[in-house]
Amino acid sequence: MNKILIQGNHVIGEAAIRAGCRFYAGYPITPQNELTEYMAENIRKVEGGTFIQAESEIAAINMILGASAAGARAMTSSSSPGISLKQEGISSMAADELPGVIVNIMRGGPGLGNILPSQGDYYQATRGGGHGDYRTIVLAPDSVQELADLTMDAFDLADKYRNPVLILADGMIGQMMEPVVFGEPRPRKYDESYVLKGAGKGRSRFIRGLILDALKMEEHNWKLHRKYQAIEQREKRCEISRTEDADLLIIAYGTAARIAKGAIKRSREAGMKVGLIRPITLWPFPDHVIREFSDKVENFLVFEMNTGQMLDDVKLALNGRGHVHFYGRPGGVVPTPVELAKVIAHHYNNNRSLDED
Amino acid sequence: MKKVFGKPESLKDAIFHYCAGCGHSITHRLIAEVIDEMGIRDIAIGIPPAGCAVLAYNYFDIDMLEAPHGRGCAVATGMKRTLPDKLIFSYQGDGDLAAIGTAETFHAANRGENITVIFINNAVYGMTGGQMAPTTLLGQASTTSPPGRNAILDGYPVRMSEILALLEGTKYIERCAVNTPANIIRTRRAIKKAFQYQMDDVGFTMVEVLSQCPTNWKMTPIDACKWIDEVMALSFPPGVIKDIKGKG
Ligand SMILES: Cc1ncc(C[n+]2csc(CCOP(=O)(O)OP(=O)(O)O)c2C)c(N)n1
Repeated sequence: MNKILIQGNHVIGEAAIRAGCRFYAGYPITPQNELTEYMAENIRKVEGGTFIQAESEIAAINMILGASAAGARAMTSSSSPGISLKQEGISSMAADELPGVIVNIMRGGPGLGNILPSQGDYYQATRGGGHGDYRTIVLAPDSVQELADLTMDAFDLADKYRNPVLILADGMIGQMMEPVVFGEPRPRKYDESYVLKGAGKGRSRFIRGLILDALKMEEHNWKLHRKYQAIEQREKRCEISRTEDADLLIIAYGTAARIAKGAIKRSREAGMKVGLIRPITLWPFPDHVIREFSDKVENFLVFEMNTGQMLDDVKLALNGRGHVHFYGRPGGVVPTPVELAKVIAHHYNNNRSLDED
Repeated sequence: MKKVFGKPESLKDAIFHYCAGCGHSITHRLIAEVIDEMGIRDIAIGIPPAGCAVLAYNYFDIDMLEAPHGRGCAVATGMKRTLPDKLIFSYQGDGDLAAIGTAETFHAANRGENITVIFINNAVYGMTGGQMAPTTLLGQASTTSPPGRNAILDGYPVRMSEILALLEGTKYIERCAVNTPANIIRTRRAIKKAFQYQMDDVGFTMVEVLSQCPTNWKMTPIDACKWIDEVMALSFPPGVIKDIKGKG
């Protein structure tokens, strides 16, 4: 297998095309333009590949909706403000049970914010994001290699559950270069019967989200809910590292997890037993792993590049057990491992007094 | 006995929910008749809007995909690019097409997407209860322009067909009506032409249909049909607005 040095945003495009993505629509926004440009350059070279520079993020997601209903593996990408615009379309795809991959290379917000790495969109991503009772699977890579792997997985998961899947990263991972080996994509499994392609000789079908009757709408909501429960049972993923002897566990994802790994190395060198739980799926959230550790570990430090969003999920997972601390910096500030190591030392050394709170 | 009138095969055996005298049901029937006549029921896919026609899939016996409000042309773009051999049409009201969905319509037209738009202009938002639409006439009362549309406060009626005709991507645009038998026949012919252009890969086509809405216009069905000729047609003159293959 060939290892190549390649940029994160390009990796998403390449992995998507290899995974059989044949429809991409997007609207320029930093820090993900390299992905849109990669698709412009490359997807039209494959048979049946369509690239459209859409007039807006709203148009892009609705093109994806149409292409997906017509049977294409389809993807759109954007960054925070553009993802906000896509939400009605994502909600519609969830209602219609249409697969699709949406990439959010997050930036600092709210509002126009800036173009720097941030994790401010965790709530939006993990709570559905748009209106109505629905969920999207959310994958959060922490390296360019994982970006490649998860992009391929995203298409499979979207098909398997007929649901939108989000890839949540930031400009740091999107723009850094790392060596990557592309895996072999799995053959697509998607029942042709879901595809709208004209009635042919058979019965006509329709796809819609409007269900005026309350009981029927409820039935659809419960059906989706059961699907989400199945996803929660089967698809939670996380990485745990250096947890065997840990007295303090950091919980971080994406870029924050990379920083945490650096900080943990330093802390370990200084004799502190610190480990990491890194959620890879943000929804479904790997709460079971965190809960299991609460038998052994008393102190958890949630570290995010925001003011504390995943923090809620960690607290829900622990349900009152252990002490949950938080360190985060919003707005596009990327904390350093040295900075985080100081926070770790503070909590580590205060363990005893905190336990007595 | 020779059968002279029947239900098109491309319509289901369902009773339209539309109000008495509404133009939507006539237009539905015309589309279905044309699909039958052209023998394209097997490859036709319709994209109904949010609007009075949101339930069109209950009536059309063809594949259909609901679009979010205003996004019909974007959804149609995604479908058509994926399935270039199918006949893809969106069906959109004036609020849908000329207000919330202006950008999607404009740019699909400008890209010259090989799709057909059936644009129902009834000069109001029907489904939500008769609010002002971008096409509401000056002086026309609606629930959100109670004293009548006032140009200074509410702007002017938008003529989308003329605007889109300026774009190089559009190939055929005609404004018709479904208020008289003669106009209905003309509309049927226009829909057929638009679909034929699409089948021939000519490019973006649109048929605008002036469509009576007696309920929200607060008129009898007969008065509503007359109002189209006597008042609405002055602001929205019917006729071929653009045809790259020449008139007729
Ligand atoms: C995002 C969004 N905004 C508003 C609505 C509510 N809505 C549904 S249909 C409609 C307007 C319908 O008017 P028009 O497009 O003129 O079609 P008609 O009902 O007259 O056929 C509106 C505003 C919606 N469904 N979605």
